[in-house]
Amino acid sequence: MSDRFPLFPESATKLAREIDALYFTALGITAVFSLLIAVLVLYFAIRYRRRSEDEVGKPEKGGLWLEIVWSAIPLAILMGMFGWGAKIFFEARRPPSDAVAYYVTAKQWMWKFQHPDGRREINDLHVPLGQTIKLVMTSEDAIHSFFVPAFRVKMDVLPGRYTTLWFRAEKAGTFRLFCTEYCGTEHSFMRGSVVVMEPRDYEAWLGNRTLGPQRVATGEELFAQLACDTCHRSNSAAQAPILDGIFGKVEKFADGSEVLIDENYLRESILNPGAKLVEGYMAIMPTAQGRLSEEELLQLIRYLKSLGEEAPAEPETAGSSEGPAEEQGS
Amino acid sequence: MSTQVAKADRRRTHYLNADFGVKSWLLTRDHKRIALLYLISVSLFFLLGGLMAVFIRLELVTPAGDFVQAGTYNRLFTMHGILMVFFFLIPSVPAVLGNFLIPLMIGAKDLAFPRINLASWYVYTIGGLFTLWAVLQGGVDTGWTFYVPFSTTYSNTYVIAVGLGIFITGFSSIMTGVNFIVTIHRMRAPGLTWFRLPLFVWAHYATSLIFILGTPVLAITILLLAAERMFHIGIFDPALGGDPVLFQHLFWFYSHPAVYIMILPTMGVMSELVTAFARKRIFGYKVMAFASVAIAILGFLVWGHHMYVSSQSPYAGMIFSVLSMLVAVPSAVKVFNWTATLYEGSVSWETPMLYALGFIGLFTIGGLTGVMLATLGIDIHVHDTYFVVAHFHYIMVGGAIMGFLGGLHFWWPKITGRLYPIFWSKFGAIVIFLGFNLTFFPQFLLGYMGMPRRYYSYPDDFQVLNVMSSAGATILGIGYLIPVIYLIWSMRYGKRASANPWGAVGLEWETHSPPPTFNFDEPPTVDHEAYEYTKRKESRVE
Ligand code: HEM
Ligand SMILES: [Cu+2]
Repeated sequence: MSDRFPLFPESATKLAREIDALYFTALGITAVFSLLIAVLVLYFAIRYRRRSEDEVGKPEKGGLWLEIVWSAIPLAILMGMFGWGAKIFFEARRPPSDAVAYYVTAKQWMWKFQHPDGRREINDLHVPLGQTIKLVMTSEDAIHSFFVPAFRVKMDVLPGRYTTLWFRAEKAGTFRLFCTEYCGTEHSFMRGSVVVMEPRDYEAWLGNRTLGPQRVATGEELFAQLACDTCHRSNSAAQAPILDGIFGKVEKFADGSEVLIDENYLRESILNPGAKLVEGYMAIMPTAQGRLSEEELLQLIRYLKSLGEEAPAEPETAGSSEGPAEEQGS
Repeated sequence: MSTQVAKADRRRTHYLNADFGVKSWLLTRDHKRIALLYLISVSLFFLLGGLMAVFIRLELVTPAGDFVQAGTYNRLFTMHGILMVFFFLIPSVPAVLGNFLIPLMIGAKDLAFPRINLASWYVYTIGGLFTLWAVLQGGVDTGWTFYVPFSTTYSNTYVIAVGLGIFITGFSSIMTGVNFIVTIHRMRAPGLTWFRLPLFVWAHYATSLIFILGTPVLAITILLLAAERMFHIGIFDPALGGDPVLFQHLFWFYSHPAVYIMILPTMGVMSELVTAFARKRIFGYKVMAFASVAIAILGFLVWGHHMYVSSQSPYAGMIFSVLSMLVAVPSAVKVFNWTATLYEGSVSWETPMLYALGFIGLFTIGGLTGVMLATLGIDIHVHDTYFVVAHFHYIMVGGAIMGFLGGLHFWWPKITGRLYPIFWSKFGAIVIFLGFNLTFFPQFLLGYMGMPRRYYSYPDDFQVLNVMSSAGATILGIGYLIPVIYLIWSMRYGKRASANPWGAVGLEWETHSPPPTFNFDEPPTVDHEAYEYTKRKESRVE
């Protein structure tokens, strides 16, 4: 197919192949039924064409059993479609456990990305080939939606909440990124790309980046700045829960409910500490509402996630003296 | 056309010449005159919405955003959506054809509340003029879906004014709905039991249920939106503890059923056309009647299929997906039943029938692509792309408008007492069908390629398909003008129509064309099933 007139999007993930298979099946069903109806309608309309002014149609035949059959067949097909679709959907919504988190902040009208090592870029996201990537996304203003057609992934990006999306690219290359939730004047230009690189090239790319002057404080610095460590010290069990290694655990709350500690929970606890109180503690934590930007909040959450991991998994701490920030444009 | 030109009876008084002057129209309580007032209003809104579609398609001929500016484009597609949905599609079939025909079809003199009926037209018109005023002030750029927090916080256009216009118009829907329901319950001719009602009446009954159950939710949603925008009370704004997804739930809780407001009445029209031009009782009458009601009720339970990737829980998505599949069944059954009605019928290819046959094809494609969208896995990829745009145009333009035009052509002789030219009317129907497919079919491909909706500029490789779509839109636009011209022409120069030019059954064909002010010379009684085509009907009047 020529470049000017492609009819089908390229496909670069396993999910893409699965969705295509389902799509072609659905397309086949659509084509068969549409053609069947079209042919029958035309055939009957010609075959039983009115011959004389006074002619009337023959009384109805068939009746109930026909109705049952042609309700049951579509129903069965539809349930099959539903089941197949649901299977793919759940897979698409559940990141595999080996996923590496990248952070996305959407803003009218740009995409801001942050790599696990703290490096940041705008509109283009570079990722290594073959790695499972999980995006943790939030918006600074309107609702946006992250869409990479070649990966067949899409997820809305909301203010005040983290949504996630994952993919594992199987092909190196540059793939289009669109915003698909209408978000204002320049919505059509809220585009970018996901650049999938061979792991070696990715390392080289990371190493080559010159680091920009502006930097966002690291999570560790913020933790100290906001005086979180006065209560959440790993050696004081008295005032607040120890945060080491809590990410991914299920926490029990004063009201008896249980919640999985994920980004959304951490966000809520930082901004609205009273919302869910861990069993055995008092509601004494101050809110950080208004004191953190979306990006700082992400840094902080990233830091909390790193607590309790064996090695200093995130090289950020090591290189933080130079600052991890690289921001073009803004 | 099986023309039986009536012997000219120029002195007979009918609803059109019973009274003269502007005042007699603006103060009329005759449902037939009110239907014509509505016809004029909805046609004007259709024209305006169509004009905006022209600008939209012109912009999309080239990939660069070079015809209008981004802000203008966003206002254009927003107003296009709002005018078409709230001011054309929702009122068109019920307020024009429903208003005109329901009393005739059930043998009543008028609707139950003639004054409320007139008031509903005024409310509609005031809401419409108010909205147009807001557009002239600067319009609105949020999309017809008004998603927050864009519409409450980031858009500095006339969100509240336009919302108010829609809010006002909503009351006309509610009035119409109540009027239809009471009329259908209380004013049926002796002998006209529920299961002898024409399916057109059943379809309007189901639609009226949605009008009165759904529209208040829309009204509340708009009020909340306005309150949030003015006072930032924090229902939707996450910075204040609100939930932006809540708005989507409220919005679609009305707007999904509203989709059925747009299509159910047209399905009623289809049933009338298919039986009349196959001269045969419709296949599975009762199933068809119940299917309308089932669609109306199930339609309230599937709003979440617009929100699979909105952060709604995947389990909720699953439930909405299953329910959406269930709604598809009665719709499929309707298509099968229309098709089966043609079998061993006596099919004539009159103009309304051309629209009906076209409708069946387009509606089938629209419906099946809807099933694709309801399928969880596929929707991840095509949600908010041109695939969706193509799908809803197949339903709303291919379905609802084809149905509206088909109905208008079917009952035109009854409404005006005149016939229209056969050649031009068939030619128009064919041009519309072809133009429609050329416009919207390429959009399915664009959507799967990944072109997002509401883009005024797009990557170069999408251009060929966009140019095809714009070319189709030109043909479609011309297609729509053809009926406008000859229908207006026919009002003065068309041949006079007999009471029953198609040889159809139904009470509306048993009175004069055009009918007298109180519809029937003598109150009719009914002693047979609907669509009893065992013998050729001779009309009782001339
Ligand atoms: C010549 C005929 C038409 C053309 C070429 C046309 C074209 C378009 C285009 C290009 C869009 C913008 C899609 C987007 O950017 O998301 C659109 C949106 C829409 N159109 Fe049409 N349209 C036509 C007729 C109609 C009619 C007759 C109706 C309804 C009766 C209609 C209802 C809508 C609606 C509801 C939207 C969605 C607006 C939104 O998402 O904000 N269109 N149309
Ligand atoms: Cu955006």
